[in-house]
Amino acid sequence: MTVNGEHVSHDVEPRMLLVHFLRETLDLTGTHWGCDTSNCGACTVLIDGDAVKSCTTLAVMCDGHEVRTVESLEVDGRLDPIQMGFHERHALQCGFCTPGMLMTARALLDENPDPTDHEIRVAISGNICRCTGYKNIVSAVRWAADHEAATTTEV
Amino acid sequence: MQVPAAFEYERAKTLEGALQSLREHGPAARVIAGGHSLLPMMKLRLANPDYLVDINDLAELSYIREEQGEIRIGAMVRHVELLRSDLLAERFPVFRDAEQVIADPTVRNRGTIGGSLCQADAAEDLSAVCTAVKARVVVRGGAGERVVAMDDFHVGPYMTAVGAGEMLTEIRLPPAAGAGSAHEKVERRAGDWAIAAASAALWVRDGVIADAGIALSAVGLTTVHVRRAEELLTGKAPADELFAEAGKLAAEDCSPTADGRGPVDYKRHLAGVLTQRALRRAAARASEQEV
Repeated sequence: MTVNGEHVSHDVEPRMLLVHFLRETLDLTGTHWGCDTSNCGACTVLIDGDAVKSCTTLAVMCDGHEVRTVESLEVDGRLDPIQMGFHERHALQCGFCTPGMLMTARALLDENPDPTDHEIRVAISGNICRCTGYKNIVSAVRWAADHEAATTTEV
Repeated sequence: MQVPAAFEYERAKTLEGALQSLREHGPAARVIAGGHSLLPMMKLRLANPDYLVDINDLAELSYIREEQGEIRIGAMVRHVELLRSDLLAERFPVFRDAEQVIADPTVRNRGTIGGSLCQADAAEDLSAVCTAVKARVVVRGGAGERVVAMDDFHVGPYMTAVGAGEMLTEIRLPPAAGAGSAHEKVERRAGDWAIAAASAALWVRDGVIADAGIALSAVGLTTVHVRRAEELLTGKAPADELFAEAGKLAAEDCSPTADGRGPVDYKRHLAGVLTQRALRRAAARASEQEV
């Protein structure tokens, strides 16, 4: 499979979950492993561009597919607009849900660059923030949408 | 850490190949599609297959199309595709209603209609939707395929008519002329299982209900098909009092159990109210179709 643009190849047990493959085999510990029951969304990564909960996906099912984790957002020291938005709007406290929130938000903006607050809320409804920071998270995604548009215009 | 017990894995390349593997490995084999019901069951050791056949590559099972007057849905169609299908939204909007409240968008990116129906969980929404619209499902095996009505497909809690070496391949919806349909659900929080949910479909011809379908989620051991209410409605003109009466029958005919989601009398009441609301919306949509 491809992970963050790099081809990776490992022999794994069929029962190995994607989240453990990323964290333990590839040492990409940015993806968090939370509830283990596809409820909390902390483990969300992108598979072929779609947000997916990696605790409920077998690593072998991703053979031949493209996986993107939170580590791929920052490129050459430049943060993704979503990361900047979270920074600007103080959208994290403990940070546990953040990787999942960032990836879910990334998938949303890739598909819908100008979402309403309601659309943002629906998109992150599968991601639980235990610090109850939803208001700031929605604001951060909104910030990213605004600034992403600005960045694109600059280019 | 929850991890499934060990199993062997195969990625099917063709439907025939998948069926062949299922035949070879017998009852110990299971099909995995989205995996969002099966993998949690395997983590909890509630399901212990020795062999998984992954059908995610079977593009031949991923379609929503109209054929011989029916809409046909491939078993690999994911929730997100059902949600976005304009064809379904036009003919049977009950699907879009339900898909807006099934789990969350991330889960909907993976879960499939075939998996949902085969899970045969009484609290699952699409089983009620398919029962209400009188869907039939195609089960394929070594001896060819058979077409099964939803009532015969779900044979018990978590049990379906799909035998060893067989697979659900397609869902067929009847003609939608004059049809209106709707799904109503109450849940504790976004993305949760229903406390109760009701699906309703009405086929209205010349101002009279020619056929009706009503099914409930989460208020019985299996999806509850409310036949008495369907019989009550058939042959009559759509009316609010009639729908209230149908709601009463639905409340009587379901068999909820008390749990963290609420006591029995509350769930019964909810089943009745949601049935009435679903019927009201289905009727309004049917009248739009007539125009």
